[in-house]
Amino acid sequence: MDFGFRLAPSSAINLDEVDLELYRKAALLEPDIRICMACGSCSATCTASPYSGMSVRKVILCLQRGRKAEAASMLRNCMLCGKCTMVCPRGINTRHLILSICRVYDDGEGGK
Amino acid sequence: MTERIASGFHPFVIPFLLGMAFVLGWCLVAGVRVIFQLSREDRLRFFKSFLNPGILLKDIRDIFLDCLLHVKLWKRNPLLGYMHSSIAFGWFMLIVLGHLEVMFFLPDRLSTPYYPIFFNYFVAEGEQTIGGKLFLFLMDFFLLVVLSGIVLAMVKRVHSRFFGMRRTTRLSFTDSIGLYSLWAIFPLRLLAEGFTAHISGGSFLTIPLNWVARAFLGNELNMLPTWWAYSIALCIFMCVLPFSRYMHIPAEMLLIPMRNAGLKVRYARKGLAKVMVYSCPGCGVCIDACPMSVKKANTRDTTVYLNRQIRRGNEKRIEEISDKCLLCGKCSTVCQIGIDAPMIRIAQRSHRKYGLDQDYSDLSLDRIPKPEPGGKVLYFAGCMTQLTPRISKSMESIFRKAGIDYRFLDKDGGLCCGRPLMTAGRIEQAKQLIAKNTELILSSGCDTLVLSCPICWKIFRERYDLGGMRVVHHSVYLEELIENGLIRPSRVVETVAYHDPCELGRGTGIYEEPRRLISNVATLVEAGKHHEGSICCGGSIGSLSLGFSQREELTRNALKNLTVASPRSIATACPLCLATFSRYSDRPVQDLAELVDRSLE
Repeated sequence: MDFGFRLAPSSAINLDEVDLELYRKAALLEPDIRICMACGSCSATCTASPYSGMSVRKVILCLQRGRKAEAASMLRNCMLCGKCTMVCPRGINTRHLILSICRVYDDGEGGK
Repeated sequence: MTERIASGFHPFVIPFLLGMAFVLGWCLVAGVRVIFQLSREDRLRFFKSFLNPGILLKDIRDIFLDCLLHVKLWKRNPLLGYMHSSIAFGWFMLIVLGHLEVMFFLPDRLSTPYYPIFFNYFVAEGEQTIGGKLFLFLMDFFLLVVLSGIVLAMVKRVHSRFFGMRRTTRLSFTDSIGLYSLWAIFPLRLLAEGFTAHISGGSFLTIPLNWVARAFLGNELNMLPTWWAYSIALCIFMCVLPFSRYMHIPAEMLLIPMRNAGLKVRYARKGLAKVMVYSCPGCGVCIDACPMSVKKANTRDTTVYLNRQIRRGNEKRIEEISDKCLLCGKCSTVCQIGIDAPMIRIAQRSHRKYGLDQDYSDLSLDRIPKPEPGGKVLYFAGCMTQLTPRISKSMESIFRKAGIDYRFLDKDGGLCCGRPLMTAGRIEQAKQLIAKNTELILSSGCDTLVLSCPICWKIFRERYDLGGMRVVHHSVYLEELIENGLIRPSRVVETVAYHDPCELGRGTGIYEEPRRLISNVATLVEAGKHHEGSICCGGSIGSLSLGFSQREELTRNALKNLTVASPRSIATACPLCLATFSRYSDRPVQDLAELVDRSLE
């Protein structure tokens, strides 16, 4: 039956099917990744953000959803300036977090 | 003096000969290997430095003053200085005098390597003894000097505070074998020479010892065992030398000419870095100096332990220690060897493999906001100042009041200077940013670049090539403005303590300009430790792994040091120090620019 409209395809992400390997590996090196509350202070202060869309908040979110390539494309622009660390209200060492994530990418995966 | 043993040989010299052959062989191979690890260009430079009489003279002077007399330690603490120089210089003199004795009395034996060491066993008193009296006296004298140093070393192990050190290094296994054998060598030498003194002659130490020994023991049966023991102690010391901290003795003699030749650390584990690591005598002066040592757990992450772990090749610990460091550079200023610890740590960090590398080649300069063309002075605030806009606002206000035609380069956002990448060991990435920033800055057409952040200032000074453009930190620039009469600050009745930011003070040697600046507007009081001894605020981006909560104690300790003279406020010249101190300080913290701007109203 056609009502003139239909249900939109679901945009929900099934976390059971997501590959969280990278997130877990990063959490081993920097456990504070788990205490992020996604406030976005890091994104607001980011030096690289205006030119590249880099945002630590989004990187964490992407990893939680298994979107490795998207996270990599953001991380590649980070300048490690440390402003995000200075403003983080949760006291996360975001600079170390970024380096840790960059480290756990398999070779080639994070490459172009 | 005449020879007592016709063959000139006794089996007890064998342990000594073995030890000596081993250590000389080892050092020769290690030295050649290290020199070949240098890059071609560095190696040439190193060899050429020996042809330059000025450098050669400096090499000899430095080796004499630093390795033997330990002049830097004397300045630090006379007792500590005496302890080290008495052992090093005293031992050196014993060896030199031993050779002179052989040269004078038995020139035929000069080619026998053990003769200068065991001289007293192989000779008997003869007609020439009178001429030898001076030698015998000098030998006893220097033996006494060394023994006094050994006694002090023993006291230091028990109570290091006498020597101005709160903490000393914990010994590793080989270090303790080396230490105890070193302690044993000289008392055994005294005993051996004492038991033999009625045959070979002696002086004020050995002859009385000989009387006492013979009066009590009545025979000569102790003579040979003590010579054996002396020889064995020497053998043990020389055999553990390459595996213990005592490797610093030969390594430092290589480090000094390398440094004087102007070489820089290029590889993390090879060449100069290797020589530096092996030159560390493990004295532990850096432990007290390290700002992280306020927490006892952190004392194991100081430079002396980094050097030890690099020698052992313990990758896990090397990474932990090198990542934790704040790179404040205080350990290097107190180090008597002059080990460049920040550089060694950055080299370890750059050694690391990342699965994902930063790359800014896609970043187009067109997207970066630029100031209007024109202007004489370009102001670059830097990332950290963007988070502390009070500094850039004050700077802009001062520029206006002084009537300077300025442009604010990164008012609406700019690029990072590259220093944070450099400290993380991402050298290639830093170079990309440097190239982009250089292009941006040169396109402005200004002739002076004023920076507010010492972190930027350090890398601008060291790595940027801006042609004829003058680069200056705002503390120096503001002082010049006052001197040239462009601004006339009025003095306020206020005591201000100045905090030397690491990158500005130890990093680039700017200590006096900020102080003169403060003296122009307020009353300057000094912190407990200042200038080169200044304590890092704890906020440094140099540390990769130190978390927010771990830094609090460091900051509080630095604040305690700053407020010993009870100043009304604290002034600093770094936005990062400002932000860090403001978090915990019980009194106002301000930047030099704010201080000056307020006094202009």
